[in-house]
Amino acid sequence: MFQVRIHGRGGQGVVTGAEMLSVTAFFEGRHAQAFPSFGSERTGAPVVAFCRIADREIRLREPIIEPDCLIVQDATLFKVIDVFAGLSSDGYLLVNTNKSLDELHIRNAVDRLPKGHAVIVPATEIALKRVGRPVPNAALLGAFAALTQFVHIDSVKRAIEAAFPGQVGTANVAAAGDAYEFVLSQQSAATAA
Amino acid sequence: MLKQIEGSHAMAEAIALCRPEVICAYPITPQTHIVEGLGELVKEGSLVDCEYINVESEFAALSVAIGASAAGARAYTATASQGLLFMAEAVYNASGLGLPIVMTLGNRAIGAPINIWNDHSDAMSMRDSGWLQLFAETNQEAVDLHIQAFRIAEELSMPVMVCVDGFILTHAMERIDIPDQTAVDAYLPPYDPVQVLDPASPISIGAMVGPEAFTEVRFLAHYKQMQALRLIPEFAGEFARQFGRNSGGLLRAYRTEDAELLVVAMGSICGTIKDTIDEMRDDGIRVGLVTIVSFRPFPVDALRNALAGAKDVVVIEKSVAVGMGGQLADNIGAAIRNLTRAPRLHSAVAGLGGRSITRASLHHLFRQAAVQPWEGTHFLDLNEKVVGREIHRKRKNRRSGPTAENILRQLAIATGLPAAE
Repeated sequence: MFQVRIHGRGGQGVVTGAEMLSVTAFFEGRHAQAFPSFGSERTGAPVVAFCRIADREIRLREPIIEPDCLIVQDATLFKVIDVFAGLSSDGYLLVNTNKSLDELHIRNAVDRLPKGHAVIVPATEIALKRVGRPVPNAALLGAFAALTQFVHIDSVKRAIEAAFPGQVGTANVAAAGDAYEFVLSQQSAATAA
Repeated sequence: MLKQIEGSHAMAEAIALCRPEVICAYPITPQTHIVEGLGELVKEGSLVDCEYINVESEFAALSVAIGASAAGARAYTATASQGLLFMAEAVYNASGLGLPIVMTLGNRAIGAPINIWNDHSDAMSMRDSGWLQLFAETNQEAVDLHIQAFRIAEELSMPVMVCVDGFILTHAMERIDIPDQTAVDAYLPPYDPVQVLDPASPISIGAMVGPEAFTEVRFLAHYKQMQALRLIPEFAGEFARQFGRNSGGLLRAYRTEDAELLVVAMGSICGTIKDTIDEMRDDGIRVGLVTIVSFRPFPVDALRNALAGAKDVVVIEKSVAVGMGGQLADNIGAAIRNLTRAPRLHSAVAGLGGRSITRASLHHLFRQAAVQPWEGTHFLDLNEKVVGREIHRKRKNRRSGPTAENILRQLAIATGLPAAE
């Protein structure tokens, strides 16, 4: 079972992100369970959503305590809550930011992960360019596909189209594609270095 | 058809497949996306011959369902938590009049203190109201139970409450098989009422009944629920043959063969318990689970058979009768007390007001029950430090203030964060 925890703030589409990831896995014939951290959701308040993916029925109903991947939609959260709680030692970290991991002062946590398992992606910037709104969730799923290779980018795009029909979907698909390419190029640059 | 879909929306689609003729809802917290989804289906025209009525309160929602049902319509509504309490009088009326309404309860806690999260307090508050109460373990079962519920309700002419864990199931998006209309039509015949208000053939429903007949009316209600003990497994069997999967029934056993320790629970917690049991079985511990689907009627005989061989029984439930303990444990105690070698019964209350129930805590609880059992009711993951301090403070200070606020303040001090606004 692969467990993803998405951290963000109310209004950033955290729950929709987890749901679209579950649909991505569903399109690939897998079992997936997406659910929010239940609570009163206010715009701007820290929000968590979860997604489990497995090849058999998922029975577990506890929150994701030991994630295999963290998607952080808002880098200011590192100062507010323990985002890294329970992250497995061979886990992945995906951060939506314009800054480098060093500038975020999370080098200690990143160094505990295998090389290449932590990346940044300017998902909000990409979303503003492609969608015209600061909604980084779809772009981050594209980046997730590139980082983990756990789902195919085509399935991600299909899931985004299913969630947002029409032009909004097309724009978000483009954002996911950009973020996917961004992470791949970042990784190949790191390998070359 | 397999869909990756939110539990509430899957239930809305399943209810629409049952061709309800009247849906009443009061669309405010506490409510689920189920009635919202049904509203959309009616508006877009995919649910036809159905009147969707927005009412002014939960009391009105069920009252309108009662009227509709008495007029011969297949009636549905949904509520949760305080909403169920507000319709309490109508809840008793629906069952007292023998009207086959189906209602979803998206289980949530009851305040005060205000809390919107999941537990079973709402269902337990109406456990003696005369409604049948079926608990779904998964969203698939929630879908399937609604289809079975209309069948059971209308066969008996009694209302059925389908209890589905709020948030944990209602807000989870997962793979669910939505049956097709032909299959549901084949399983669920059109509603053929045993009593109907019809101007062409006038009768009255809801007579004043004095001491001369009240006992008999109540006895017949009880008799119907006893009949349901036979009907529920029969209809679940028919469902399994027609739809190819097991859903519903009175109860289900999981790895109970040769088990010395049996856990009994209801609802979505059973999934986490099954994973815990698999891990404990790998360690050689003989443990199994009995999932109760039908809480009302309470399957006394089936439970007695299921639990007879065990040394220890742990009942874990998301509700507490303050001053007594767990209601489910109490009912199970009554079911097994006449066994010649009754298992030891251990009662645990967990998940109140939405507290997460983790495998780690369950492991500890189940091991403790066999080795070092507790007395009375155990509150899983109780913060004893906070409780102890508050008891101490109340002893020292007469005007000790409101409990909930005091506890929140203590927690805020412990975490170094500002107290909740």
